[in-house]
Amino acid sequence: MNVLDGVLTKNGLLTAFALIGVTMLVSYWASEKLTRGRLHGSAIAILLGLLMTVYAGGKNGVADIPMLSGVGLMGGAMLRDFAIVATAFGVRMEEFVKSGVIGMVSLFLGLFVSFFAGGAVAFAFGYRDPVSITTIGAGAATYIVGPVTGGAIGASSDVIALSIAAGLVKAIAVMIATPFLAKAIGLNNPRAAMIFGGLMGTNSGVMAGLAATDPKLVPYGAMTATFYTGLGCLLGPSVVFIFVRSIL
Amino acid sequence: MPIYGTALLSLCLLTGLTVGRMIGAALGVDADIGGVGIAMILLILGCDALQRRGLMKAPTESGIVFWGQMYVPIVVAMAASQNVRGALSGGVMAILAGLSAVGISFVLVAVLAKKGRKEENPS
Repeated sequence: MNVLDGVLTKNGLLTAFALIGVTMLVSYWASEKLTRGRLHGSAIAILLGLLMTVYAGGKNGVADIPMLSGVGLMGGAMLRDFAIVATAFGVRMEEFVKSGVIGMVSLFLGLFVSFFAGGAVAFAFGYRDPVSITTIGAGAATYIVGPVTGGAIGASSDVIALSIAAGLVKAIAVMIATPFLAKAIGLNNPRAAMIFGGLMGTNSGVMAGLAATDPKLVPYGAMTATFYTGLGCLLGPSVVFIFVRSIL
Repeated sequence: MPIYGTALLSLCLLTGLTVGRMIGAALGVDADIGGVGIAMILLILGCDALQRRGLMKAPTESGIVFWGQMYVPIVVAMAASQNVRGALSGGVMAILAGLSAVGISFVLVAVLAKKGRKEENPS
């Protein structure tokens, strides 16, 4: 057993390929046999991935188990971005240009709505200082915008932790809810995917949500979502913070 | 050879991430702004230019297509590396803050996506 342990740990990326491959196999089988294709195989696989972290996960999910550290590499930012860019192969440039304006509008709208929603919840829970309200609102944008904004305007570490938690909740909620709501919100064409990417913004949520809905839509959602976190980090400590301070 | 396609893909992403970082730095934030989007545009333009000159061979394409097809499994690995416990440990307020942002955004997606469709087909 020790020999096997050593081999799996030393070849972590291969262990990850094998584990995720089996997960995909089981998920697609379950999708076909148990849900008759109604719930997409990739949606089940993503749910299984999240469930694994609840059982065995730490800060980096199952990647905190030495034997499964390769899952962190496989699902990390490098390979994730690499695969997203590869999905753009064969997409025509006009598709992006055609929905460029509405994509930009949804990007700014999405950021301000998330800041507002998160800030309003913080206010409802008794926070009254503009620094905490802005930071928690920023966390409702993404779990990167939260700590970056909080760090820039001097939020306390427990408020920053709350903002990260809010961003994580958002990412996971988007992952899970998107395939179920896609039909109702008209998320079935490139234009809607660009709007979706701009409004949701959370990279991991958008990527997984679209993958579980229709992988063909991934490059369009990614195109707008890729600007969200950066813009949020720009607007959070500046425009949004000044605005919150002026109304309190 | 497939590596030509994979190398092209890598160059596009590395360039995109560099430009994204530079845009961030120019605006005074320590973050990447649009790196992946820029990389996608570079890949589309690059492949287009190669195809027109007849330099895009099937094996080269396969070096890009493979990674695009690995997308879903990579996302599953990403889901399995999320800090789900951290998300739940934030308590009711963090959960409500995250969920309310998601809820309003879903409603807005529906509004914007459907509004545009009516404008495109005025029937």
